[in-house]
Amino acid sequence: MAYSEEVTKRFKGVLSNPKKFNVGKFDPTDPKVATGMTGAPACGDVMRLQLKLDDNDRIEDVMFKTYGCGSAIASSTMFVEMLKGKTMEEARQIKDKDIAAALDLPPIKIHCSVLAEDSIKKAIKDWEGKSSE
Amino acid sequence: MKRIYLDYASTTPCDPNVAELMAKFLTFDGEFGNPASRSHSFGWEADQAIDTARQQVADLIGADPREIVFTSGATEADNLAIKGTAQFYETNGKHIVTSKIEHKAVLDPCRELERDGFEITYLEPNEDGIITADMIAEAIREDTILVSIMFINNELGTLNDIEGIGKLCFDKKIMFHVDAAQATGKVEINLAELPVHLMSLSAHKTYGPKGVGALYIRRKPRARIRAQMHGGGHERGNRSGTLPTHQIVGMGEAYRIAQERFEQDKAHVGILHDRLLERVKEVEEVYLNGSLDHKVKNILNISFNFIEGESLIMALENVAVSSGSACTSATLEPSYVLRALGRADELAHSSIRFSFGRQTTLEDIDQTADTLLDVVEKLRELSPLWDMYQDGVDMDAFDWDEYMH
Repeated sequence: MAYSEEVTKRFKGVLSNPKKFNVGKFDPTDPKVATGMTGAPACGDVMRLQLKLDDNDRIEDVMFKTYGCGSAIASSTMFVEMLKGKTMEEARQIKDKDIAAALDLPPIKIHCSVLAEDSIKKAIKDWEGKSSE
Repeated sequence: MKRIYLDYASTTPCDPNVAELMAKFLTFDGEFGNPASRSHSFGWEADQAIDTARQQVADLIGADPREIVFTSGATEADNLAIKGTAQFYETNGKHIVTSKIEHKAVLDPCRELERDGFEITYLEPNEDGIITADMIAEAIREDTILVSIMFINNELGTLNDIEGIGKLCFDKKIMFHVDAAQATGKVEINLAELPVHLMSLSAHKTYGPKGVGALYIRRKPRARIRAQMHGGGHERGNRSGTLPTHQIVGMGEAYRIAQERFEQDKAHVGILHDRLLERVKEVEEVYLNGSLDHKVKNILNISFNFIEGESLIMALENVAVSSGSACTSATLEPSYVLRALGRADELAHSSIRFSFGRQTTLEDIDQTADTLLDVVEKLRELSPLWDMYQDGVDMDAFDWDEYMH
């Protein structure tokens, strides 16, 4: 099974330069940080996505960590790039299909991009909880 | 960058002598005749070559050449042994005992027999990955006709108690089949003394060609099977079909070399295995799968906790290894062998099988270990699980239910 060029490029990139690809962690208790985690180790993939919102509730910065196969990690990096500068409502519009298409994922790897979409949903939920407090 | 092959348990390259010899049995200048042709020297010469190969195969396992039936590989040998025994002895009973860690070439024929009304008991190995005689003793019944247990597990390299299980089966007059695809040239096999009725053999796991194998069928006490392939009565009626002379000659030569190099091969993989294990032990949260005391050293199966296996393989770039991770399988299921050990599923997802052979060098191992240690650290830096572990979260107790997608 060969990987697409884009998946290989991103996977290699994030391994050699994690900072550039927004690998990391924000303090989850920060009121301006929304956290979404999806998956389970027993299923073979877990993604933790964190968004830092500015005063206008736009996504100012993003951090993530992903346990999973190369396609899951590559999907995560792409998702993270697409989120920056967006409002929560705009972020909600990003679909796993868009990522799968951009990365040229084969059908058996489509679920890897679903992981990312689920994480943003979880993060939005976390944000809604925080902002209603 | 140089590619490093550490997947010898999957297949081995042909020994150059094997490949060279095989080429002599294909063209008009060579011995291309049909070994079944009794009416001319073309056939006789091919038949002579088959006889030699049959003797070489028998010699490696301490058998009589008349006990060797050539097949297209170990998968066909497993099918022939299991279905052939089941069909021959079904009036005596319809119960078969096997294990959860067998190769699919044993498990799938068993599933097929279940459709024909046979009942199969699938034994769980102990936590070392081993099937013992006591487990078999507990599972057999009045109507048990066959026990099928592998010699060496292909994912873990663990050795089952073949002698103990065999004694029990001989005592109870139950047919005992052993899939020895991973065992030839790795452990001593002497069927003159080892109580086994049927044994499946593969050529390509032992530096022979793909597409050929054999089934050993004991003569005393005689094991009987029903043929699965009909059309000419070749191989004493056990397996019809024109014998592929070049393939069989290749298998014979590969087995001859395996016997000649037995001690050398064993010592070589031992050094490689111990070196890699020593290097990998430097890393935190690494687990050896399968008992070190009951395994062969050409296979080393390790789980790197908090890292998914396929991503590790991808990061290893120039090193060819395999994984029990779901992502490397067509079914998206993690290794059933590792799951059968009773360990957490994540350790199956995180497992890598390294297997070594004649062309593997210490430099290969050192280079692999250097890369491995580097990428394990990098991938853990990416892993939210590693983060949680570092933060002191009790990973065994953590409830993932609300995070599942």
